Amino acid sequence: MIMQPITGLLEVENLVLHFRTTRGVMRAVDGVNLSLKHGEAVVVLGESGCGKSSLARAILRLLPRNVHAYSGKVVLEGRELMGLTDEDFRQNIRWAHISIVPQAAMNALNPVLKVGDQVAEPMMIYGGVKKEDALGNARKMFRHVGVPEDFLGRYAFELSGGMRQRVAIAMALVTAPDLIILDEPTSALDVLTQANIMNVLKRIKRELGVSYILITHDIATSSELADRVAVMYAGQIVEVSDAARFFNAPLHPYSQKLMASVPRLRGDQEPDFITGSPPSLLDLPKGCRFAPRCPLRFAKCDEEPPVTGTDGRLVKCWLSA
Amino acid sequence: MVQMDLQMKEARKIRTVPLLSIRDLRVWFELRRFGFGHAGYVKAVDGVNFDLRQGEAIAVVGESGCGKSSLMKTILGLNRPTSGSVVFEGRDLSTFDSKDLRWYRSQVGYVQQDPFGALAPFMTIQQILEEPLIINGVKDRGEREARLRRALEEVKLKPVEDYLAKFPHMLSGGQQQRVVIARAMILNPKLIVADEPVSMLDASVRVEILKLLRGLQASHNLAVIYITHDLSTVRYFSERIFVMYAGNVIERARVDDLLREARHPYTHALLAATSDPDAKNASVFREVPPGEPPSLVKPPGGCRFHPRCAHVIRGQCDVEFPPDFKIASDHLAACWLYK
Amino acid sequence: MKAIQKSVTDLLRYPSAVAGLVLILGLLLISVYAMTTIPYTEAIRLWRGGEGVWHTNPINAQPAWTNFFRREKLPEGLTLSVADGTATRTVTAKADGLRQIDITYVFDYPYSGFPQELALFFTATYSVKQPYVSVTWLTPDGRKLRVMDASVGATDTYWFSQDPKLERRLGGERPAEGLFLAPGNGGQAAVPGRYELHVSALTFEADSDLDAEFVLYGRVHGPAGTDHLRRDLMVALLWGTPVALAFGLLAALGTTVFTMVIAAVGAWFGGWVDELIQRVTEINLVLPFLPILIMVGTFYSRSIWTILTVTILLSIFSGAIKGYRAIFLQVKESPYIEAARAYGAGRWRIIFRYLIPRIVPVLVPQLVTIIPTFVFLEASLAVLGLGDPVLPTWGKVIDDARANGAPFQGQFYWVLEPSFLLMLTGLAFAMLGFALDRVFNPRLRDV
Repeated sequence: MIMQPITGLLEVENLVLHFRTTRGVMRAVDGVNLSLKHGEAVVVLGESGCGKSSLARAILRLLPRNVHAYSGKVVLEGRELMGLTDEDFRQNIRWAHISIVPQAAMNALNPVLKVGDQVAEPMMIYGGVKKEDALGNARKMFRHVGVPEDFLGRYAFELSGGMRQRVAIAMALVTAPDLIILDEPTSALDVLTQANIMNVLKRIKRELGVSYILITHDIATSSELADRVAVMYAGQIVEVSDAARFFNAPLHPYSQKLMASVPRLRGDQEPDFITGSPPSLLDLPKGCRFAPRCPLRFAKCDEEPPVTGTDGRLVKCWLSA
Repeated sequence: MVQMDLQMKEARKIRTVPLLSIRDLRVWFELRRFGFGHAGYVKAVDGVNFDLRQGEAIAVVGESGCGKSSLMKTILGLNRPTSGSVVFEGRDLSTFDSKDLRWYRSQVGYVQQDPFGALAPFMTIQQILEEPLIINGVKDRGEREARLRRALEEVKLKPVEDYLAKFPHMLSGGQQQRVVIARAMILNPKLIVADEPVSMLDASVRVEILKLLRGLQASHNLAVIYITHDLSTVRYFSERIFVMYAGNVIERARVDDLLREARHPYTHALLAATSDPDAKNASVFREVPPGEPPSLVKPPGGCRFHPRCAHVIRGQCDVEFPPDFKIASDHLAACWLYK
Repeated sequence: MKAIQKSVTDLLRYPSAVAGLVLILGLLLISVYAMTTIPYTEAIRLWRGGEGVWHTNPINAQPAWTNFFRREKLPEGLTLSVADGTATRTVTAKADGLRQIDITYVFDYPYSGFPQELALFFTATYSVKQPYVSVTWLTPDGRKLRVMDASVGATDTYWFSQDPKLERRLGGERPAEGLFLAPGNGGQAAVPGRYELHVSALTFEADSDLDAEFVLYGRVHGPAGTDHLRRDLMVALLWGTPVALAFGLLAALGTTVFTMVIAAVGAWFGGWVDELIQRVTEINLVLPFLPILIMVGTFYSRSIWTILTVTILLSIFSGAIKGYRAIFLQVKESPYIEAARAYGAGRWRIIFRYLIPRIVPVLVPQLVTIIPTFVFLEASLAVLGLGDPVLPTWGKVIDDARANGAPFQGQFYWVLEPSFLLMLTGLAFAMLGFALDRVFNPRLRDV
């Protein structure tokens, strides 16, 4: 088999998404750069409140009413998306090219629609496909994600959590998008179900060649899918690295501490923790945002660190500058 | 002299009686059709036995719906056992009157999964911590204040003044969980039941909370029941593991033994599905037993895992319920493979 | 405390809340003013009216401020008496124990319109023989008109316009108008200027005496006008405020608090308790609310307290109980309640300390927004003739106005004044309530 050449799919440049709140401006996504190739899975790792879900919303332009600032560049296969009108974006990009499995998707299914109809719906809306064809396609997607075909006619409450999550994945897949954004796809699931879903995602990636942006806080599970890892902290990406080197030896002190905090089933490493808590996105520290918690900080850290690249790894830290 | 002898005997007796002893515990919930009329039982806990010594930490591991929560709530006295007994310091819970029950509840602390939900949103931290004291008859204001300050210091929320007047939503998840732990500790319990205490927290603080619990366990000689679905955190926390499946404990062993030499096929599956961060994970598929955990209303006959088991022995596993087989000292597996 | 402070600061960010609060504050000030200046018993006495309470007021007079909008001002009333120092009285002794008493009333009349009526209220003391009185009228142009000559009893009243002799003397003009006309003027307009009224009395006994009060009834009166019983509407408008606020607040508080507690009890205990509460609610929901109130008012008592109690009783088991129950059922499953059970909290403590405080954020705005509902209910009952028989209320003013056909006679003030206050109350609480809803339910906030 000839490997398809890996080419650029998505290019995110200096993406900014700020929210207006009663207590000030919340800088959820604050100048994020990220690139993604065809057939690649990038994991965005981060703790709660680091802005990783907002990043997903910013890419997909699923914006709430209280947006304060939304700027930057999102380029999909050479096409600039920020210039599109909302209607254009809705009709031609969302779901047609980029779809999402939202957080807690298994609880987001419509309780009064049969799951088969729900999976078929995006195709009827975005692809203008007739209902019978759409249902046929949904059946095919059910097979891909490992849901028995006779579940097409069932309702969400009749399905287990794992099955519902698969249905949500099928829904994201059904319009054959290039990119699927997975927001914490396994966080509320049991271990075996989690492993099952990860297997499904891996298989889809191999068989259909879709790209993923996997947004998660679960480092161990993220390694099941990652080609590359982007670590997010306080609204910014602090490290981007290929998975092999990242899971062996992360560069940024935050990534290192985060990695050290993972309890491991195998091996005898004693897990550690990071003291303190992440800064509020409403009131960010000057300079390096991790500095107040960083054991390696020094005088320079009061200034904004530059992003430096070595061997295709990017890191935003004065130690590597 | 005689009195001293008696005291010694008493002391020895206390040492030999387990703190908590569970015998053939069944917790069934009746299902009703249209609000009345019997429609079967949900057999959430179906024949569980174990002893817990003072100062010992055990982990109960299983997937959602395996009955671990029902077991926990029964130990907390929130569910009534359908049959079997829960014996605390030699006294059966079913014989307790309301005064005994109040005493018992002061002896058992409860740490919940969702720290934000576990704290009343309209109370300050001080009010939250005072509640158990007021309910258990600590009338003196000064004493309550002193005790809640001590509890907050123990969970390392210092300086205490910074926290007393705050509302839960002003704290981070880790801090909220510390308050929950302080509340569980404030009545000086002998037993702590921790229900997935870190699963809702961020990775960076999980270990911190587990270490805090571990430290409290050691310094107060607490018994801890740690309920989780995550095997990777278990070994940093407990001495023994109980693996539950569909209402039964199917394997029990010391932590290291179980992680090294798991015997039950289900335990194997759990271990195989748990990943450590490793880039190699992405290139392999994990082996997962087919199907899903059975309905607790009509569990399969024989071993409840047999429909999903790769090593099923036809004619035995699907017919006869497996008893606990001894693998080694302190290692039991309810599986016909080891008869 | 801090939380309350924060809610208040949040609340003050909404202009509508500030406006609502200002209006409510105004209504409260009116209430306080009413209750301090007119004590309760006094208010009731005034509103019951009767002899000697309102005799100096005109009937159905418009509010005085309406003159501001008129080119031709309507006359205001005048009350002149010796006791007030607005009249002079001289006594001259005569032979045979006779005495002559002269009372002179002088007043400026700047209007071209006519007064409603003129009257003299006599008070005489005598044992057998009544004093004899002659009354004369002096116009600005110096004409002297004889008004009447008669013996007067102890408390006689002389109504100028009801004297046919005077009317004849004035050439068939109604005396209240004729006395102000210039001769040959065609009866169009009153002559403005200084008028004088002379009462000259003869007493025939040693300790016989006489005094008189002269009243010129205007066509406008006070800030609120008067009704068909000469009552000053100000009394009802002022006193209607505390009555309306108290009724609205007590009814709203009573119903929401009881409803909430009952819903909490039902949700917590479940089982037959819950079933019972649900069934009672459903039965109550199909019971007709207004007819029951009308029946109670007709057959039992129209006292505002009875009506208030019945209103609360009938509203407790309302649809709201189902709403609260739904919230409580959800809250009941919260981990913090489970924790409370685990550390031994009793059922009542859980209900009052853990369940109920959780829904206060939903409750407060609801409470504020339903206050006007009950204020309107009270007014509607009054319009239906079921108002409290003794208390002056806005609703009763409207009822009186309706019964006397006020709108058809151009007496709009009579209807509009109480209606305006009712609407103001509704508006004030609605504006505050909606803002509160936004403060307490952040989901509604458009951040």
